[in-house]
Amino acid sequence: MDKGLYTKREDGRKMAEVRPMNAKVGIVPSADGSASFETGNTKAIAVVRGPRTLHPQHMQNAQTGILRVSYGMMPFSVSDRIRPGPNRRSEEISKVSEWALSSVIDLREFPNTVVDVFIQIPQADAGTRVAGLNAAALALAHAGIPMKEMISAIGVGKIDKTLVVDLDKYEDSEYHDGEGSTDIPVVVTSRTKEIALLQLDGKISIPEFKETIEMAKKACGDILKVQMDALKNVTEEQDE
Amino acid sequence: MSNTIMPNLQKEKIESSLVENKRLDGRTAVDYRDIIVEDGVSKNAASAVRVKFGKTEVLAGVHLALATPYPDSADEGTFMTSAELHPMASQEFDIGRPGINSVELARVIDRGIRESGFIDFKGLCIKEGEKIWQVFVDIIAINDDGNLLDAAGLAAIIALGRARMPIYNEEEDKIDGYSETEGIPLEKEVLSFSMTFHKVGNVIIADVSKEEEVISKFRLTVAMGDNDGKPRITAMQKGKAGTISTEDMETILNLAESKWAKMFPKVKEYVFGK
Repeated sequence: MDKGLYTKREDGRKMAEVRPMNAKVGIVPSADGSASFETGNTKAIAVVRGPRTLHPQHMQNAQTGILRVSYGMMPFSVSDRIRPGPNRRSEEISKVSEWALSSVIDLREFPNTVVDVFIQIPQADAGTRVAGLNAAALALAHAGIPMKEMISAIGVGKIDKTLVVDLDKYEDSEYHDGEGSTDIPVVVTSRTKEIALLQLDGKISIPEFKETIEMAKKACGDILKVQMDALKNVTEEQDE
Repeated sequence: MSNTIMPNLQKEKIESSLVENKRLDGRTAVDYRDIIVEDGVSKNAASAVRVKFGKTEVLAGVHLALATPYPDSADEGTFMTSAELHPMASQEFDIGRPGINSVELARVIDRGIRESGFIDFKGLCIKEGEKIWQVFVDIIAINDDGNLLDAAGLAAIIALGRARMPIYNEEEDKIDGYSETEGIPLEKEVLSFSMTFHKVGNVIIADVSKEEEVISKFRLTVAMGDNDGKPRITAMQKGKAGTISTEDMETILNLAESKWAKMFPKVKEYVFGK
């Protein structure tokens, strides 16, 4: 079979290998929960505040608390400065992240409240939404929010004809040869192994797509280990 | 979208009928409503079309404007999709700044078109580094009876397929009407179109009604183009808080493949004419 043009990754990784990961829990003392998650040169931090009373009052739900997620890239996170504040991309990522996290948390004990999750990216090298979600899941667990299961997130995809895990910026947006680059962020739940977030841009056959999903599930198993280790080693005492 | 008040009784009725592969409007789980495409919504645009899926109705128009290229792509035109979920279309939509639903809708459609390579951006360059065409697709919801995403996606590619090329007057640096014969530069062979599947109760269904949309657990949009007669995925987007099991994914991919084979020839006809 034709192996295609992309036979070697620039950083020497195997095709199914995740970049070196580093996770820390408890990085913002005043928050109810916080964590950082890094893969290679992509760094994400997440802060949880709440459950707290939701304003405006008409948004309150008497049956359950609600989750509100805000994702943003810091102005200095990429080489062209990003204008501070929300834009269409960040608003959409916030919403899909909110859906992914909502699928595993249970806020029925906290009616009329909101749990705010703030995801920020200080340094970006592709895969920022998945790194942010890995951090956010840790921060929610750290805050003691009831969770049915954990989630882990990874970007998978296809470079020319080669299926890969954890695309960096070059692979994600600068590779255009052959069949180009297909990028698929995936969130996998820890116990039931179901998919809580899925997006795709590119060109990929149905059998190849199925294989990338299997690769994502396997990588998420490795990420989960890093997350669980971080939860066992909370780095800092919280403010009371 | 989730604010619509849905009596529990109605939810149970929808879900229990689906177990018998029936929907309240008489369709089976995988049937689309009748699709109607009309031209000539505005004479002043490069194109403007109306698309209806049953009672769901959207308009999409294309405009081209002269602009200066971005420095990092000096020989390429630009493209932008905006969507307005206008308050006339549903009591849940408000006037003003686009909410998250319209932002998501516009971005999913924008990405699908952009990343598939359907628009020939180099063909939109008039003079490298100095003058390019900007392409705008504007989508307006007229009536929301569910599945605006697919109706709007279809309307957008049809509007692009039917858009007339403006005539550039170089001397006066302005636009002199539209060409009678020339369309905008497109890579016709990479055309892809999107289908959105929802899980309602325990059943995967196509082309949701408003009521089904409100109670669905998740949705998955799958855009596919043609690769030597076989469908090839070009974009995906999952929505809502439910999770997708391996079985659901299998069901959706099989359904998407068979629906695509049936619908793609018709979609091509809508976009490029017979």
